[in-house]
Amino acid sequence: MTKTIQPRRLKRIGETTKDGLTALWLLLPYGILFSLFIAVPVAMSIGLSFTHFNVVQTPKPAGFFNYITMLTQDDVFFRNILPNTIQFALLVGPGGYILSFLLAWILAQIRPLPRTVFALALYTPSMAGGVFIGFIWRTLFAGSQSGYINALLLQYNLIDKPIQFLQEPAYLMPIMIIVSLWSSMGIGFLAMLAGILNVNEEVYEAAYIDGLRNRFQEIIYITIPSLKPQMLFGAVMAIVGAFNNGAIGVALSGVNPTPQYAGSLIINHIEDYAFQRYEMGYAAALSVALLGIVWLFSKIAYKLFGEKD
Amino acid sequence: MANFQGSRINPRKFSASQIKFYVLLVPLAVVMILPVIFIISQAFKPMDELYRFPPTLLAERPTLRNFQNIWGIASATAIPLLRYLVNSIIITVVTVVLSVLLTASTAYALSKKKFRARPWLLRINQAALMFVPVAVAVPRYLVIVNTRMGNTYFAHILPLLAMPVGLFLVKQFVDQVPDAILEAARIDGAGEFSVMFRVVFPQIGPALATVGILCFQAVWNATEASNIYITDETMKSFAFYLGTLTVDQSPAMQGIGAAAALIMFAPNLIIFIAMQSRVMNTMSHSGIK
Repeated sequence: MTKTIQPRRLKRIGETTKDGLTALWLLLPYGILFSLFIAVPVAMSIGLSFTHFNVVQTPKPAGFFNYITMLTQDDVFFRNILPNTIQFALLVGPGGYILSFLLAWILAQIRPLPRTVFALALYTPSMAGGVFIGFIWRTLFAGSQSGYINALLLQYNLIDKPIQFLQEPAYLMPIMIIVSLWSSMGIGFLAMLAGILNVNEEVYEAAYIDGLRNRFQEIIYITIPSLKPQMLFGAVMAIVGAFNNGAIGVALSGVNPTPQYAGSLIINHIEDYAFQRYEMGYAAALSVALLGIVWLFSKIAYKLFGEKD
Repeated sequence: MANFQGSRINPRKFSASQIKFYVLLVPLAVVMILPVIFIISQAFKPMDELYRFPPTLLAERPTLRNFQNIWGIASATAIPLLRYLVNSIIITVVTVVLSVLLTASTAYALSKKKFRARPWLLRINQAALMFVPVAVAVPRYLVIVNTRMGNTYFAHILPLLAMPVGLFLVKQFVDQVPDAILEAARIDGAGEFSVMFRVVFPQIGPALATVGILCFQAVWNATEASNIYITDETMKSFAFYLGTLTVDQSPAMQGIGAAAALIMFAPNLIIFIAMQSRVMNTMSHSGIK
């Protein structure tokens, strides 16, 4: 017995090291690029956030100065940027997410051919890049009478002079949210649609035998629980998408900072400090705050949909 | 189960109960697609229609003038349009090919190789799904400056190659490939590379197609590198140049901007429609466990 077991164990150890070596070679290129453009920049952000740095001179240590400034001195940050970011992220992240789940569910209730057509119509806006999303909606909401929305409202006598939609602080944020929702039915939406279609029909049948009564109960007790993994993926994508879309306010209004900071999000604030004022230390502290906020949102998503094991 | 009423998911036939969904979907889809139709029609409008009040939704006498004008504006400046286009084509092709290869081989190693750091690496990649590239524009800029990559194609290509979302999706797919097939290929004498290229990659075609599309969309639309890392005008991308055409809001430029938007948008749409069934196939394996 021992004779046969012994060599086998040896062989397995040998295979593991060989596997490890091949894996190392295969992982190396991705690892290097991942470190260079994702891990190192994140680490550098954290490092730089504790310094004064103007790009030209070497960074000078500053302790918690940047963070203290952010919390106590930066009025704009507290009065505009942070509330804007949270409002925008909540409506576009979870809001867009719930919307994409409902739409995916509705699409699953109709026949395959119309479903494909509708899915394509809903997905198409998410393929337009940031610059052109800005362009399309700038033209639609243009402040002169030839702007589409203004022309429509004028024609039906709902207003008597054109509204400067994109320069008016009261309108900018709602428009940003609408535009972002419009372009948010992306990869997370497709994931959920595929997930809903994949739920085994027998599960539903069994549940109805067990006393399930209507489609609402169906969603709560069957669809969402069987979809948890896709729901989580979709949630993370929605959150990241909402924060990645942060430049939309500047793209729409054409200026950074946006009029009275009405549409400025933390991303714009970072760019403002980094590439216009060259206060890289402070910009880095803002980046860390942003990564922290994204992490916090994702944490909540994992709490809601993650499988406990 | 003749009177089974529940689960009308993925119905094969039309029934009256589906009407309410169409009532919701039709207006919504119209609202979603209208801006796209608007931009297409704007791109084909002649000058007088662009100036017309009230503006019309559809072009009455479609013309290619706006597209010709893009060409004209570019020839008036020192750098021909073709230069930007060639830049973008090189960057896009190289990035998509390398990214798919990189993602596939990395996913294979993470899925089929047993080594101690594996759970850690998977966890790191899962955390990186939350990564927001715009947040680290500054340090990325420093990395690129310090590695002397500025003003080269590398500055366009390298930052986009490692794609955590793509790796995540493909790895889920490689997990589905049974180990027995790999074992059989090895017994038949296949080396590591032929196992990868001849056995694993053909099985994960849909996932690779999806990563290719995601990568294409990211790189074709990318303006970040041209905005921040690259100062040499001749090295900037097509998306960046067309983006500069959309800044001016006068009606004359609106037609040109719309034409530019359409040129950027069309390849995305065509590729996605061609590949959509593969994408959906990949998405059904997208869950985070």
